[in-house]
Amino acid sequence: MTEPILELRGVNKSFGPVHVLHDVDLVVRPGEVTALVGDNGAGKSTVVKSIAGIHQIDSGEVVFDGEPVHIPGPREAATLGIEVVYQDLALCDNLDIVQNMFLGRERGKGGFLDEADMERAARETLASLSVRTVKSVRTQVSSLSGGQRQTVAIAKAVLWNSKVVLLDEPTAALGVAQTRQVLDLVRRLADQGLGVVLISHNMNDVFEVADTIATLYLGRMVAQLPTRDLTNTQVVELITAGRSGDIGLAKPEVATV
Amino acid sequence: MTLNLRTPAVGPTIALVVAVVVFSVTTSTFLELDNLSLVVEQSLVVGTMALGQTLIILTAGIDLANAANTVLATLLMAKLVVGGAPSWLALLAGLAVAAFIGGVTGGLVTRVKLPPFIVTLGLLTILTAVSRIYTGQSVPVTDPLLSWLGTRRYLFGGIEVTYGMTVAVIMYVVLWYALTRTSWGKHVYAVGNEPEAARLSGINVRRTVLSVYLIAGLIYGIAAWQALGRVPNADPNAYQTGNLDSITAVVLGGTSLFGGRGSVLGTLVGALIVTVLRSGLTQAGIDDLYQNVATGVLVIAAVALDRFSRGRQR
Repeated sequence: MTEPILELRGVNKSFGPVHVLHDVDLVVRPGEVTALVGDNGAGKSTVVKSIAGIHQIDSGEVVFDGEPVHIPGPREAATLGIEVVYQDLALCDNLDIVQNMFLGRERGKGGFLDEADMERAARETLASLSVRTVKSVRTQVSSLSGGQRQTVAIAKAVLWNSKVVLLDEPTAALGVAQTRQVLDLVRRLADQGLGVVLISHNMNDVFEVADTIATLYLGRMVAQLPTRDLTNTQVVELITAGRSGDIGLAKPEVATV
Repeated sequence: MTLNLRTPAVGPTIALVVAVVVFSVTTSTFLELDNLSLVVEQSLVVGTMALGQTLIILTAGIDLANAANTVLATLLMAKLVVGGAPSWLALLAGLAVAAFIGGVTGGLVTRVKLPPFIVTLGLLTILTAVSRIYTGQSVPVTDPLLSWLGTRRYLFGGIEVTYGMTVAVIMYVVLWYALTRTSWGKHVYAVGNEPEAARLSGINVRRTVLSVYLIAGLIYGIAAWQALGRVPNADPNAYQTGNLDSITAVVLGGTSLFGGRGSVLGTLVGALIVTVLRSGLTQAGIDDLYQNVATGVLVIAAVALDRFSRGRQR
């Protein structure tokens, strides 16, 4: 088994009196898709935002590429090679694909843009992801479909030689065919050696692309197991009750002794 | 790039050409070089204020106090010279104060998170009052440096061009370049369209918006210098509708009031459209009040067009 590219060890996070994450462990390996599942309010977004540097953890450790790291902000996360594709797709409608992919990190000297270089890099990245649905990289994002927008958002994340990509519900707003395309893309990211974290509510998606499934229940990581060792029913039980048979939280009567 | 009606500034340019052709045919005097020179001259101050206004509107803001800022700067420059200050110092002080007021506006918008409409509405009232407190009547300007932009002129293809026109064109070109060819420009467009997306992409949204208000303030200071060149008299009651006229030029130029869409070249055309319309209608013998009606209709039509083109894009 390969060494993890990203690891959370005993991470705690509170917002005021609300203890959101309790000793959360998570292992993300390169070349694998790690699904992060859990009910609303289970802490999935908090986990992602802690990794992305938007939230600061209270205790515990974030280990990146074998080294404990402190991630004070999104820029530092990006510098390490951690990229997040947010649910609401952080794209600007009024800009074209190239401009969006390089937004905030434009190439060129002293603020003067090197359009040709960026256009080439954008094309290469899309080609490396086998994206063929986008006709021109100079298309305005406002005229793209939901699936194409998701594709651009993902391509934006991998443009930076990133090592870990976190995807927050990438298929939530998509139709069947577009979901298919995005899941294929997610798979290809992992096949290229990236550590991929997929947040999803959709069990079909999870079972289709994920190598391991990590389940959060009320802020606790109740199980992270290979997908092949789990059934759909077990995962649903883990999400809703925190345990399924021997997996997950200890039985309540044992816990109260 | 293909010629597309949705490309910024193409629609307004067609409108401008049509207006020029119509007035050239229907009146005998419109196409005279002196008149054309005058048309540009008359667009100058509002056209410069509209340049700053465009930047602010691109960030989804609006500036109701731009003309008040310009007027205060003209008074400051003129009074300082009358009071015996060297003219270069007076000029610099005027530019600095205008930029400072822009910075204050930007600070209130970005730090205190007040809507630009409210901030600049308040500043409009304050600056107008301050101007009248500062000086009750207009201050004549005889200083050559302060009127330099209007008094120095050269011939360009038979048309008299003032230094003021030249400076305005240079400013427009520089800002057009900055907005379309630099990362700062892309950030302005991104912030105007989707500030949250811009923030997540690592753009410092507050700094970008603040820079826009600061630059706009400096431009209003240059507009004050232009104004003193055009009329050598600093008047606290001048340009009372300058704020609305500049918004008119921006909107006619195809820039969206919702932010993120538009171009400064469109604004240049928009400013010319207003002046061409007024000049042409005057020469066709049409009353001033009807000219206002025509301008108003144009503005509403321009915004309706913007609505439709956005609707089709979604």
